[in-house]
Amino acid sequence: MKEITYREAINEALAEEMTRDENVILMGEDIGLYGGNFQVTKDLILKFGDNRVMDTPVSEAVTAGCAVGAAMSGLRPVIEATFSDFVTLMMDNLVNQAAKIHYLSAGEINVPMVLRLPVGCGTGAGAQHSQSLEAWMCHVPGLKVVFPSNPYEAKGLLKAAIRDDNPVIFCEHKLLYPTAGSVPEEDYTIPLSQANIVKKGTSLTMIAYGYSVQKCLVAAMQLKPKGIDIEVIDLRTLHPLDEDTILESVKKTGRVIIVHEAVKTGGVGAEISALIAEKAFSYLKAPILRIAGMDIPIPFNKTMEQACVPQILDIKKAAERMMRR
Amino acid sequence: MSLTNEKIIKMYTRMVTARLLEEMLNEMFNEGMLHGTTHLGIGQEASGVAPCMTLMEGDKITLTHRNHVGCVGIGMDVKKILAEMFGKETGVCGGYGGSMHMVDYEKGNMFASGVVGGGLGIAVGAALKMKYKGEANIVICFIGDGATNEGMFHEALNLASIWKLPIVFFVENNGYAVSMPTYRSMNLQNIEKRAESYGMRSIIVDGNNAIDIYNMTFSAVQSVREGFGPMFIESKTYRICGHSRSDTEQLYRNQKEMDYYLAKCPIKRLEEYMLKNNIAKSEMLKEINTQVMDELKQAVLYAQNSLEPSLENIGKYVYAK
Repeated sequence: MKEITYREAINEALAEEMTRDENVILMGEDIGLYGGNFQVTKDLILKFGDNRVMDTPVSEAVTAGCAVGAAMSGLRPVIEATFSDFVTLMMDNLVNQAAKIHYLSAGEINVPMVLRLPVGCGTGAGAQHSQSLEAWMCHVPGLKVVFPSNPYEAKGLLKAAIRDDNPVIFCEHKLLYPTAGSVPEEDYTIPLSQANIVKKGTSLTMIAYGYSVQKCLVAAMQLKPKGIDIEVIDLRTLHPLDEDTILESVKKTGRVIIVHEAVKTGGVGAEISALIAEKAFSYLKAPILRIAGMDIPIPFNKTMEQACVPQILDIKKAAERMMRR
Repeated sequence: MSLTNEKIIKMYTRMVTARLLEEMLNEMFNEGMLHGTTHLGIGQEASGVAPCMTLMEGDKITLTHRNHVGCVGIGMDVKKILAEMFGKETGVCGGYGGSMHMVDYEKGNMFASGVVGGGLGIAVGAALKMKYKGEANIVICFIGDGATNEGMFHEALNLASIWKLPIVFFVENNGYAVSMPTYRSMNLQNIEKRAESYGMRSIIVDGNNAIDIYNMTFSAVQSVREGFGPMFIESKTYRICGHSRSDTEQLYRNQKEMDYYLAKCPIKRLEEYMLKNNIAKSEMLKEINTQVMDELKQAVLYAQNSLEPSLENIGKYVYAK
């Protein structure tokens, strides 16, 4: 094992997949010598050349469309949106093209592409550079949505996403980029649509993804001395969901808190909450609780920005309240 | 490669096939035999078929919502096209696609997008793969005049140009985007001008003259194949039918304009050319029409007798395994 950051883990996954398969190419704005807005593709152009690490003009729509066409033709493009907010400019190509082509061609054509999205707030970048829009993509059959929570997860899931024959939306939380963690020296992948029980527990299930998993883990550690034994599930893939892992845990603990930074209305938490209500209602000892982003644009002011998304204290308090019921 | 008589006859046969197929579809819709909607390309047979005749093995095209002519042009099986129109399991998309999404990758038709301009990025991506792999192939991206007002059009032309991709953007300017005439949707006489701002070579062609379209597209395709970067062709043609099934009154145009273009029918003009240059005699042309009609009637029977897709498979192709 070695210690690397989330940013380095993604960079390594890209480099190793590009070495393994010459069909893997990268496209995006400033991903070449500049190294990408968050330095994730740093030095890859030096290793693989500018015909495999391709700087694009500020043209998100055609970059996504070009990836679809290249993928249909047998390449495995990995494209980067500078900020996940710019996915809005790519939507026709993702929703109407990428997600539909395998189905409309009755399985004749595959679209093996990955779209990397730097997601989330906490950087003071304001309302158009801080959103978490992952739930939009979960609403589209044909797309897969992945959101890793640490360096190990990021590397293994990205490799699996690149090798997957479907369009995969790969979300990366910006605040995780500098965080470090252990990663194996050897090649490994983490299967998509398989959630991970990060911490086993008996009193309450916390379901989260991305940066929120880290917050839940801290909350769980801090609540342990109080006799609250929390089970933390890292969803890893938001769509298609691993229903079994969620339901088994809920049946065991009977209490559920779903945590995400994305706004509450129509969020992934709503879907999971409905799933549990439909399939495990009789096991519940307390109402399902969602701790999610406020239904507002991300404000610039630092205190307001922190207040609008779940923090560790919010999660702890909610868990304690739920255990008192 | 000059346009051989054999190739002209093949091109004529495909144009006639497209025309008769669409007339037949129109009748079948009127009789309530078909479900959904359709966008007929009657009058655009030269623009849809002639460019496809310039292609070789491994070349690709992308099409639009008005795609039947292109499908016939690239040589797709009319049995499979008709079965798809009927939503049958034997259809070219197994009944999952329908009129707007005819796709046959092996035949060279990568995708037909019902969203205007949706094929642009896909075509650029396919051309990128050809260049990346050092292949001798090219892509023809068919779009309409309406798509050139989409943002995607401008991004796609720019990207293809700066990356010198092997792609021909072939605009079938049929005069209307649904009800909006081009003179109202852009302050330009010629759409071709738009290519110039992306540093792309462009030409204008009479979209109802199959021989001219073939010859000019052939030289464009040659040059693109040789690595000189993308080209842009504006083919000025005319949409004889309404936009779709819902466009019945056509209040936005008059009979005089229609008559003018009816007289410029691309099939009639090709017939005149073939007769004048002794490429075929009128008996032969009649014979071709009869044969095509027979083939289409057989194809309708095939489609009607084919099975409905199994409901068990309704979710089968959402994800690739």
